[in-house]
Amino acid sequence: MNFELTEERKMLQDGLRRFLRETYTPALRAELVEADCGFSRDVWSGLAEMGVIGALFSEDDGGFAGGGFDISLVFEELGRVGAVDPLLDTAVLGGGLIAALGNEVQKQQIESVIAGTTQLAFAHAEPSSRYDMSQVESTATRDGDGYVLNGRKAVVVNAPAADHILISARTDGQAADRNGISLFLVPAGIDGIALRSYPLVSGGQAAEILLEDVRLGAAARLGPEGGAYDAIAEVNARATLAICAEALGLMESIRELTTDYLKTRKQFGKPIGKFQALQHRMADVLIEIEQARSAVINLAGHLDSAADTREMHVSATKNLIGNAAKLVAEESIQMHGGIGMTEEYELGHLAKRLIMVDHRFGDAIHHLERFVALAVA
Amino acid sequence: MDLNYTDEEKAFRDEVRRFLAEKLPARLADKVKQGKTLTKQDHEEWHAILNEKGWLAGNWPKKFGGAGWDAVRRHIFEDEMTRAAAPRIVPFGLAMLGPVLQKFGSKEQQEYYLPRILNGDDWWCQGYSEPGAGSDLASVRTTAVRDGDHYVVNGQKTWTTLGQHANMIFCLVRTSKEGKPQEGISFLLVDMNSPGVKVRPIILIDGEPEVNEVFFDDVRVPVENLVGEENKGWTYAKYLLTHERTNIAGVGFANAGLENLKRIARAERSNGRPLIENPYFAARIARVEIDLMAMSITNLRVISQAAAGQAPGAESSMLKIKGTTIRQEINALTRTAVGPYAMPFVSEALEEGSNLGPIGPDYAASATAQYLNNRKLSIYGGSNEVQRTIISKAILEL
Repeated sequence: MNFELTEERKMLQDGLRRFLRETYTPALRAELVEADCGFSRDVWSGLAEMGVIGALFSEDDGGFAGGGFDISLVFEELGRVGAVDPLLDTAVLGGGLIAALGNEVQKQQIESVIAGTTQLAFAHAEPSSRYDMSQVESTATRDGDGYVLNGRKAVVVNAPAADHILISARTDGQAADRNGISLFLVPAGIDGIALRSYPLVSGGQAAEILLEDVRLGAAARLGPEGGAYDAIAEVNARATLAICAEALGLMESIRELTTDYLKTRKQFGKPIGKFQALQHRMADVLIEIEQARSAVINLAGHLDSAADTREMHVSATKNLIGNAAKLVAEESIQMHGGIGMTEEYELGHLAKRLIMVDHRFGDAIHHLERFVALAVA
Repeated sequence: MDLNYTDEEKAFRDEVRRFLAEKLPARLADKVKQGKTLTKQDHEEWHAILNEKGWLAGNWPKKFGGAGWDAVRRHIFEDEMTRAAAPRIVPFGLAMLGPVLQKFGSKEQQEYYLPRILNGDDWWCQGYSEPGAGSDLASVRTTAVRDGDHYVVNGQKTWTTLGQHANMIFCLVRTSKEGKPQEGISFLLVDMNSPGVKVRPIILIDGEPEVNEVFFDDVRVPVENLVGEENKGWTYAKYLLTHERTNIAGVGFANAGLENLKRIARAERSNGRPLIENPYFAARIARVEIDLMAMSITNLRVISQAAAGQAPGAESSMLKIKGTTIRQEINALTRTAVGPYAMPFVSEALEEGSNLGPIGPDYAASATAQYLNNRKLSIYGGSNEVQRTIISKAILEL
């Protein structure tokens, strides 16, 4: 048993923590609100130069790490500063799918992802799919050698900045079937794709995507026709780990802010942290954060398990994180009082980003039901 | 024991319903249903309609131009208002200051200010909290120093709700540093157009400028704007707070929110069936509905005591905690119900400037903003921690 990070990972963690602490200044936050793409291109280049993107890919795919604990340490650090950089979308989801399904030509994209010169987005969820990974109604119809895509994609994070979009569409089967889902790697500006872009509550940008007779050559298909589901599930598991680790980082920073506030804010002649009613609640917050840390470690350690075991851990961790995130965000706002409700104070962004974690890759209730099906029943 | 309204009360309820069906503009009800921000003009339009009927100030005695309703009728009216998705009555002049002036104000103050509140000539805001005086309200530091026929006011108020619309503010100010902190506080009416008053909006986490900071820099206020006696302001402030709490349970808001939540949960599909048929989600809805059913009765128990002439006491603290907890749970479930469409930050400007149709279903647009905004419920009007302290002292005598 050993819960220590390896030397390489420790170095990555230290370097990344220092870089983010120096980078995520109030000036940057103000700049991000105005940024068209929702993040800073300079910070992105900095992350690429440090090798942070490469750490999310295996050596076979041109990176130098790519394990569960690499993902969790990177995203925990991103979470600590409330970073809005789309590593989840470009590297873990987009890059991960290309790594899992791409041919040699397609895999060349990974190189430019690692170098920081390509942005990706994964257009999978649809207006009525909620968190169901097999619910795909968009269609890809054979057209000579190629395909014609039609349909709608919902809340595609990072789509406005993406150079290429990975689009899932059905080549066979019924709307909720696992079989019959195909993936396509599509240049963003191609005819027939319309984006409606908007900012997110958590920071960053997303878009609704309308696909109208999008004509693609056969070379655009990623992986076997109709056989993308298993890779989507595996990459979603990695993304779930990433967002859970990010939530953990957010919770740690929120706890530090709140504890500092309890020590300095005076009412009734003493710091409010001297009131036992608040002390006990803050102790509960700490307990839930440590539970969240263990849940993240547990999922990171089971990322390469057989699909059934892996998915059980995905649901267990995402359920626990969802509940813990709500408690930590709400209690920290409450214990801050009015100042915790303001956009100006640092807590606001962190708490919102934490709350929004429950709305990607399935919420606590979705994963509770799924856990029952996978582990209890 | 009879849980039903009397025949007179039922007749009153039907009259309110008819009035709302006829007079509530559909445009305003739609905005309320969609959780959109009401403009100052929206509020004023609705106030004027109610005032014409004589129903704007249900809690005021008839001699001051109010409807003179008892607690049960006021409850029926508020219940029907939320059911019809009418804009809430802006409370600062009507529910808060009005009763204070009626009880403690001079005849001149009553004759001048009360009709102006009814007619919408003044928009009042509340100058209570300060950066250093939140839950501990008695520690206010804004000073008012007597100088001839004027007080000179210096200091800062914060969390001033809708202060951007207001031309008048009622303030707790320190006029003496002698004795206990509660003993040196006075209740002062300040014209916000006076030189030296500055208002700065505070953007909340839902992106809306709902509250403000108000700064006072050598603001000269005529002495006749003092309410009651100097250094007795704490008594008036406490009186105001009990009035602020008459509709503290927010049963009407909770009922409307629950109905909206169920509508969304029926429309959303999760794993091939309506979300409302997901047993885990349904159980969460059921739990809050059961809680709300019981709280509605607790609320009526307190109301009927009040109708019998007993002043609301620590019971209002119970209602505040339970009522806000229930509404926050409904808000959280509503956010959960809309799924990934909770993520877009959809401002009204964004929606209005687009010809591409709404982002996601219409019910999704305000779910996250309302959830975030209503975190304030357990913070303002005496935080839920302060309410628990009141209960442990006043009821449990701990």
